[in-house]
Amino acid sequence: MIDMLPIIKFESVDKFYGNFQALKDITISVNPGERMVICGPSGSGKSTLIRCINGLESHNSGRLTVDGVEIFEGSKEIIRLRQEIGMVFQQFNLFPHLTVLENLTIGPVKVRKIPKSEAEIMARKYLERVHIPEQAEKYPAELSGGQQQRVAIARSLCMESKILLFDEPTSALDPEMINEVLDVMVELADSGMTMVCVTHEMGFARKVADTMVFMDEGKIIEVAPPEKFFSKPDSDRCREFLEQILEH
Amino acid sequence: MKFSDSISLQGLPVRRPPPLNRFFSSTPVSIIIYCFIVSAILYSSFTGAQSMGYNWQWYQIPKYIYTYTEDGFQFGELMLGLWKTITLSFTAFILAMVIGLLVALLRLSGLLIGTKVAICFLEFVRNVPLLVLVYLFYYVLGPVFKYDRYTASILCLAVYHSALISEILRAGINAVAQGQWEAAKSIGMSKPQMYRYIILPQSIRFMLPPMTGEVVHMVKSSAIVSVIAVAELTTLGQNIISDTYMAFEIWFTIAIIYMIVIMILSIGASQVEKRYTVTN
Repeated sequence: MIDMLPIIKFESVDKFYGNFQALKDITISVNPGERMVICGPSGSGKSTLIRCINGLESHNSGRLTVDGVEIFEGSKEIIRLRQEIGMVFQQFNLFPHLTVLENLTIGPVKVRKIPKSEAEIMARKYLERVHIPEQAEKYPAELSGGQQQRVAIARSLCMESKILLFDEPTSALDPEMINEVLDVMVELADSGMTMVCVTHEMGFARKVADTMVFMDEGKIIEVAPPEKFFSKPDSDRCREFLEQILEH
Repeated sequence: MKFSDSISLQGLPVRRPPPLNRFFSSTPVSIIIYCFIVSAILYSSFTGAQSMGYNWQWYQIPKYIYTYTEDGFQFGELMLGLWKTITLSFTAFILAMVIGLLVALLRLSGLLIGTKVAICFLEFVRNVPLLVLVYLFYYVLGPVFKYDRYTASILCLAVYHSALISEILRAGINAVAQGQWEAAKSIGMSKPQMYRYIILPQSIRFMLPPMTGEVVHMVKSSAIVSVIAVAELTTLGQNIISDTYMAFEIWFTIAIIYMIVIMILSIGASQVEKRYTVTN
């Protein structure tokens, strides 16, 4: 990765919920095509961090630029920018009143103003890519958790975004469904998509991450390539955490 | 209790209720008791009326519902009044929905001034009796803004019900999971798009049951505009009574007409509700 402008850039970003400081002086950047995996104990601010990137949360101080646009509360640009940033949620958040196909096409058709027929062709292509083309006409409630999450991934892909954010995409899934979602995510990573992923799936992280980030108490404690991160992290806190979750 | 006990208990039959309970909850006995109560009420009101020397004239009633002469079939006064009641309620309901939606959106807008204006409106409307609101709209605002009694009645009913409707809408909108807003935002939807395509379609099934109740409530409360002599069902009933002194027959008839209309509405509403029940 030589001499590229970062696509996401945090500069001394702070975020408060009342008196509680959720993010403390965050400075980090993500380059185009980079796959970053963020981990850390619960309450460490990793979800808050990722939600700041598409403006679901707004930061209180510091600078956050995404794709060359500065993000701040009430910014008009953010709505346009969100089209460039796909997000996959822990709870899937599919639209229950729409079929799978409509879930996928509603963004392209209503937001990007792509003709419906074209959007449907694209939607079917992405359903193929997440290995559930046969579920297009069903409603989300008729699918398993793993299938729902793959639909959610396909929905983000349909917006043809530059960046994909994953907020603990496998945490709400039954164990036997985790792999089908991770497989799809590995395939995406291999295709060169910029990805920021909050997850505790360390096997996945080892496989795809370019950069590992460890957070605790709102601060970034460790940033390292996976080889170094998993073998000899600098901070004790990070080592402890890894020992905890890799034990099983 | 030991674990093995709890298992052995599972197979025991449910204990039969005591004989007296069984006697009173059996269907034939229930029907007999029901008939007895209803006939007692009817009998006592008729004998009461008799002892007053009331002169029953039921045969007079049909002509107020319809007439069939050589001129052909014609609706009677009560039916014309019913039609007015229906159009009045319908127009007022549509207007109430519009005002209610505006107030709900204002309240949810997150703008400080929007929220305050909405709350002031709600508090005013909710804390003033409907009858006072009717007088206010007819005797005060009517001359000021120069509108007639029919308009006054529509405006008044619309404003009164818009407050209730806006709360139903707000509750329905709030009942949609937070994640839906976030998902809609994250695919780049603007606020109107989120409401239009994601939030409102999902809140309909939360709103429908209380909203159908509101339609029924609207038809019933429309009777109050008889105090400003809008020619709807109740007013026409009063007029007939002042001409004929058939208070008992006319009020019974009017009550039954309201009851039939509202029962039809309720059945329709439950059909619509069934259609919108989505498996979640």
